[in-house]
Amino acid sequence: MSKILVFLESGKDSFKRTSFEAATAAGTLVASGGGQIIGAAINADDNQIQSAKDYGISEVYNIKYENCDKVSTTAYSAAIAQLAKSLGVDVLLFSANSHGIEIAPRVAAKLSAGFISDCIGLEISGTDIIARKPIYAGKAQIKTKINTDVKVFSLRPNVFTAMKNESSSFEIKSYDASLESKDFSCEVSSVAKNEGKLDVLEADAIVSGGRGIKGPENYHLIERLATTLHGAVGASRAVVDAGWRPHAEQVGQTGKTVSPTLYIACAISGAVQHLAGMSGSKYIVAINKDKDAPIFKVCDYGIVGDIFEVLPKLNERIAASR
Amino acid sequence: MNILVCVSRVPDTTTRILVGPDGKTADKTGVKFVLNPFDEFALEEGLRLREKNGGSVTAVTVAGEVAKDILRTSLAMGADKVAIIKTENEFDSYFTAQNLAEFASNRAFDIILLGKQSIDYDSLQIPAYLGELLGIPSIGVVSKLQIEGNNVSAERDIEGGKEIVSAQLPCIISAQKGLNEPRYPKLPDIMKAKSKPIEEVAAIDCQPRTTILEMSIPSKKRAGVILDGSDGSLDKLVTLLHEEAKVI
Repeated sequence: MSKILVFLESGKDSFKRTSFEAATAAGTLVASGGGQIIGAAINADDNQIQSAKDYGISEVYNIKYENCDKVSTTAYSAAIAQLAKSLGVDVLLFSANSHGIEIAPRVAAKLSAGFISDCIGLEISGTDIIARKPIYAGKAQIKTKINTDVKVFSLRPNVFTAMKNESSSFEIKSYDASLESKDFSCEVSSVAKNEGKLDVLEADAIVSGGRGIKGPENYHLIERLATTLHGAVGASRAVVDAGWRPHAEQVGQTGKTVSPTLYIACAISGAVQHLAGMSGSKYIVAINKDKDAPIFKVCDYGIVGDIFEVLPKLNERIAASR
Repeated sequence: MNILVCVSRVPDTTTRILVGPDGKTADKTGVKFVLNPFDEFALEEGLRLREKNGGSVTAVTVAGEVAKDILRTSLAMGADKVAIIKTENEFDSYFTAQNLAEFASNRAFDIILLGKQSIDYDSLQIPAYLGELLGIPSIGVVSKLQIEGNNVSAERDIEGGKEIVSAQLPCIISAQKGLNEPRYPKLPDIMKAKSKPIEEVAAIDCQPRTTILEMSIPSKKRAGVILDGSDGSLDKLVTLLHEEAKVI
């Protein structure tokens, strides 16, 4: 019987969806190997904590310490590691999101635990947990396992579906961590949200543009379709390197690796490094006027046509169908 | 300012990856290896900090003998000193972080820079791991860096926005694309780099904490319905997205 600790990261109103994705992954492990899922939240409010009950978590520890309202990944790491030690947990799950990548390695180091990051699959095999992890930006995958008793995994966002599974029992406990000043060595001093703009890592639909868009002044065609789909705007490396779009939108091996339900590549030829970043998408639509563009070899649906004609028409039709 | 930049040697981004004969790692035959693109941003930032504050830049890698080529590249870009922590065995992120920590522990670096990830195993775990082992702050995926005295202020991408993280030197920073525009080495510097010394350190022995069982290439096979740009085809596409893919 193993104890699996899931880090529940506070979001705007409830915990982040990625935390529930981790809870669902933990549920799958427990279903085949037995065990118990414990949630670890930091300075959460009761409403937030209640939401964990819907995702198969039977116990949530709400961690508090002096200055726990400050966002500090070093402090979070120290607090979570303390709780994990005191409970004797066997497995810890984090999201491999922007805070997860700062916290999980530190927790693993504090617990002398092996750590596998950015997993896209976890399954029990005998006494081991076998993790699947993309490498070379998804051009390849490995199956890998951890050799230490305590195991830490981080999960790629948007891959594990957060599924509701109401827990039969539910208990909220509080845990007082004792931190030192050195635990606060990093602290978030300000946050600027792109209001109303979805990030490619969070979006269910992404519309990306390539060099064939010809200039930043034409990007409104991409933006309009993304808005119609309630999705995010992406870009190829050529477009970002030309300074037409910010780097945060770049999809590919030196940009972001995305896995939305729908990816629409507009005037993107399909360089290996771009394909690496988006081949995890569930459905890929390619629009390109060159019928021999490599992107057509990896798409579900392709339109051989000029984006300047196709995009407005496609936008109109999709808007009408919703 | 005493600056350390940790670099790694990876296949060029245009490489088609194939499974090697051991079934666990990539086939290295015919592959062009380069300095990890994200490490170029880290090195460039190190060089700019030295140009502004004085001091020296050391580039270090944990790797086998072959990786000396990326240390030569680092020297050509402007690193003052380079070192290789040598191992010819396969190793994991834990091994790398332990060895980098050992190397850095008694050399009093003010700042340690790395690429946000190495584009082979894409683990993004060394910066924070190293920070924990050395007991110093680490800020990952940084796209803007300001240092005033000992105060560090770093802007980093988060989901749907940016945050600014503050810390004190000594500190670890991992570089995101956009942090700067890396310089190209000049030909005379490339020539000079060939004769500069490379410090060799034997890797400390530590058992890997993870084991790779197998490597595979995921199938890219897709429906591949190709249509023209006519109005009728667009109607068909919307129908397919609606009824077959159920995404709109």
